[in-house]
Amino acid sequence: MSGSLSTQVAVLARRSALKTLRQPFQLYPIVFFPLILLAVNASGLKAATRLPGFPTHSYVSFAVAVAFIQGGMFSLINTGTNLAEDIESGFFNRLALTPMRRVSLIAGLLVGVGVLGVLQSAVYVLMSLIAGAHLEAGIGGVGVILVLGSITAIAFGALGCAAALKTGSGEAVQGLFPLFFVLIFLSSSNLPRNLLRTGWFHTVATWNPVSYLIEGFRSLYIFGWDGTALWRGFAVATGLTVLALLAVAGAMRGRLQRT
Amino acid sequence: MSSPESTPARGAGIWGVALTIAWRSLHTYVRRPDLFVPSLVFPLVFLASFAGGLTALGSVPGFHFPAGYTAFQFVFVLCQSAMFGGLFTGFSLALDFETGFARRLMLAAENRRGIALGYALVGLSRSVITLSLVTAVALATGMQITGSGVDILGLYGLAALLTLVGYGWAAGVAFRFRSIQAGPLMQTPVFLILFLAPVYVPLNLLKGWIHDVAAVNPATAFLEAGRGLISGVRDETLLAYICALGLIFLFGIWLLTGLRKAETSA
Repeated sequence: MSGSLSTQVAVLARRSALKTLRQPFQLYPIVFFPLILLAVNASGLKAATRLPGFPTHSYVSFAVAVAFIQGGMFSLINTGTNLAEDIESGFFNRLALTPMRRVSLIAGLLVGVGVLGVLQSAVYVLMSLIAGAHLEAGIGGVGVILVLGSITAIAFGALGCAAALKTGSGEAVQGLFPLFFVLIFLSSSNLPRNLLRTGWFHTVATWNPVSYLIEGFRSLYIFGWDGTALWRGFAVATGLTVLALLAVAGAMRGRLQRT
Repeated sequence: MSSPESTPARGAGIWGVALTIAWRSLHTYVRRPDLFVPSLVFPLVFLASFAGGLTALGSVPGFHFPAGYTAFQFVFVLCQSAMFGGLFTGFSLALDFETGFARRLMLAAENRRGIALGYALVGLSRSVITLSLVTAVALATGMQITGSGVDILGLYGLAALLTLVGYGWAAGVAFRFRSIQAGPLMQTPVFLILFLAPVYVPLNLLKGWIHDVAAVNPATAFLEAGRGLISGVRDETLLAYICALGLIFLFGIWLLTGLRKAETSA
C-alpha cells in the first residue's frame, strides 16, 4: 500500500469502522448494552431524585452520561480485539512490511474509532431524548457531546491498541474490560459526588478520572454550559488519549522489533 | 438387560463421574487466576459500588430497612453472586466443549448425567468460595445482621438454590451451543432479570414500568425473601423457595434435553 499518509490513514480508518459495523456481535454491546443499563438504572434509581441536593428531577438526564463512557469502553474492547486478531492472523505483520508509514498503522484504526465514537454518541443522544432526557445546553451541546464522545472513544480505543500490541492476544484484551468497568462503578456514575456519603467511596470517586468524564457529559444535560465540568471532562479525555498514545508507541516498538 | 448387580454400579457411575469432574474443574478453577479472580472481584465491586456509593438512598422518604443499606445491598450481591457462580460454571462447560475435553468426556463417561451433576457440584463449590469472601468483606465493613441463625441458614440455602438456577440455564445453553460464543446468551437474561427487580430501593419505591415488571419478576421474590431473612422479617420466604425450586425443575429439563442434543452430536 503506497500513497500519502492521509490516503493510508483513510483506507485503514474505513476498514476499521466497517469491521465493527459489519459484526453484530461488536455492535450489540455498543448500542444496546448502555441503553439497557440506562433504562434499568433510570427507572430503578429514580427515587434518588427525591434526595435533598440532587441536581435534577430527571434521573435519565443524570444517568445518560454513563452511556458515553460505556460506549468508550466497548471501543477499547472492539479496537483491541480487532487489532489482536490482525496480529494473530499475521495481517498486521504483512502490513508492517509494506512501504506504508508506521504511524498510519495505528492512526488509521483510531480515526475509524473516532468516527464510530461520533456515531455511537449520536445514538445515545437521540435515545436519551426519546426517553425523556432534557439537554439543557441545546443543539450546541449536541455538537460538544459528539466531540467529547469521539475523543473518549479514541482514548479508550488507543488503550485497547496498546494492550493488543503488547500482548498480541484478543483474550487478554477482553480481560481488560472488567478492570475498566470497575472505574465506572467507583465513580459518580449513580449519584453526584456531594451525595456520596461513604467516606472512602467519596475519596475514590474524587480521584477517579472517570468521574470527571461523566460529569463533563452530564453538565451539558443538567446545567447547560458549565465551564469547569467541561474543561475537566475534556482534560481527562485528552490526557487519557496522550497517555494511551505513548503506551501505543512503546508497545509498537516492541511489537515491530519482535516482527 | 442389566443384571441386579449392575444397578448400584450404574449409580456409583454417576457419582464417580460427577466427583471426578468436580475435582478436576475446581482444581483448574483455583489454579487459573483469569477464572478465579473475576468471579471474586466482580461481586466485591458490586458490593463496594452499591453498598458504599448509594448509601444516601437509605434516606429516601419511605425507605425503611432495619438492618441498614449495606445489608439491603448485600442480599442483592449475594443473589447475584450465587446465580453467576452457576453461570460461570456454564462458561467452563462451554469452554470444555470448545477445547474438545467435554466431547472426550462424553465418550468416556459411564453415565453422562454424571457430567451434568459434576458441573453442578462445581457451581456450588465456586459459590461457597465467592459467598464466603463477600460475606467476610461485608461483615468486616460493618454490615448488620438482625436476623436469627435460622434466618441466615435460610438465606444461604436460597443462595445455593439460585446457584443451581443459574447453572441449569447456563448449562442448557452450553450443551446446545457447545461454544463460549454463547456466553452472552447465558449472561444477558440473568443479568436483565436481576436488574429488573428492586435492586436499589424496595418495590414500593419503584415507579412506572419498572414497578410493573418487578412485581411479577421472580427475582423480586428472591431479593425480598433474602432481605427479610437478613433482617429477621421472613418476608416472601416461602414464595422465593417455591420460585427457585420451580426454576430448578424447569431448567433441569432444559439442561437434560440439552445434554441429549449434545449426546446425539458427539
